[in-house]
Amino acid sequence: MAKIKTKKRDTFIDMTAMSDVTVLLLTFFMLTANFIPIEPVQVITPASVMETKVPDYNVITVLIEPGGKVYLNFDRPNDKREILEKMGARYDITFSEQEKTNFMEPTTFVGVSIAQLKEYLTLDMEDQKNFLRQTNGVPTDSANNQLSMWIQTAKSVNRDLSISIKADQTTPYPLVRVVTSTLQDIKENRFSLITTLRNMPEGF
Amino acid sequence: MAEISTGGGGHSAKKGQPKKMNLRVDFTPMVDMNMLLLTFFMFCTSLSKPQVMDLVYPVKDDQILNEDEKNKVKDSKAITLLLGKDDKVYYYFGKIDNAKYQDYNSIQEADYSPNGLRAILLERNADAVNQMIALKRQKLHKEINEADFKEMSDKIKNDPDGQVVVIKPTDESTYRNLVDALDEMQICSIGKYAIVEMSEGDTFLLQNYLTKGVYGSEREIPR
Repeated sequence: MAKIKTKKRDTFIDMTAMSDVTVLLLTFFMLTANFIPIEPVQVITPASVMETKVPDYNVITVLIEPGGKVYLNFDRPNDKREILEKMGARYDITFSEQEKTNFMEPTTFVGVSIAQLKEYLTLDMEDQKNFLRQTNGVPTDSANNQLSMWIQTAKSVNRDLSISIKADQTTPYPLVRVVTSTLQDIKENRFSLITTLRNMPEGF
Repeated sequence: MAEISTGGGGHSAKKGQPKKMNLRVDFTPMVDMNMLLLTFFMFCTSLSKPQVMDLVYPVKDDQILNEDEKNKVKDSKAITLLLGKDDKVYYYFGKIDNAKYQDYNSIQEADYSPNGLRAILLERNADAVNQMIALKRQKLHKEINEADFKEMSDKIKNDPDGQVVVIKPTDESTYRNLVDALDEMQICSIGKYAIVEMSEGDTFLLQNYLTKGVYGSEREIPR
């Protein structure tokens, strides 16, 4: 029997072009994308046709989750440190160096009352998340409005901070009003609401 | 895997001639790694930055409108939106008067769809909307520059005879309703709007409408 001769073919595919493309895409993503900030709660912001972007720096983020818990964050680590020191002085709490460093992490939100803050800052990231789930956020009630304290302190540290409110679209209005009226009380009546982009309807 | 194969083979090469090297590098692992990185970037980043809607709230002390603004609200140009529950919005024109209290149909219902609130506002604010559209077209055709556009659109929006909108969110409305209402201001080129808390009269009107007059017949008309 004659052997069927199979022709040996070279199966080598040149991946150079493919590699070129992927590197290009990668570069594109690295240059244009910005990381999704880690937040204690995921909120879905409502859409609007506004085209103004969030400022790049000097932002105070007030996060309101659907249940009304309020979280707070400042974007500059050095500011955060100073704010924490000032808040500590105001409420007679001294924070250790370790706690201050912990607070300076961009993922550390103020999400507890000042009394619990010391305990909160000793935890690592994963435990902080769990801790936040059990607590009630920054107190905003009129008798003990720590939100206004934080913002006033932040403003005294850095005058240029602008306030943006990021709330979930299903948050009942009274819970948002608590925050806006707090801001009005301390004469911070200029702030912005964070929204996602939606297209302008046809014809406008 | 990455191979550097020597091409040909010994016997075909002439003696003394340097061996021809076939330098072919396999890029597959490189592509693999790139794809991995790419997926990582796609999952962990967002391309679009969130937008912001700038708001200026009145200072609390002068929450009560001053004389000048009061006159404006009295104007028939004013429209008041009451943001109700279940994504409904109720509106009335001008100020509240006795006739409005008597008739429970004095306020009307709409929703946030293009045919609802937007249609009403567009009709009321047709002048400004048309001017804005014309202006935007000019900008598109590069007839005017960015700064001029801004100045002129500000002028249109802040026309003293323009439409005034008062947004009053009820306790049952959600944050989304508020943003939607504010968004309509943007779409309908309304420059003068304010977020104001519900007054007693507004609550009365709304309840009266929802209960088809029963609420009003049982209660005294608020002053």
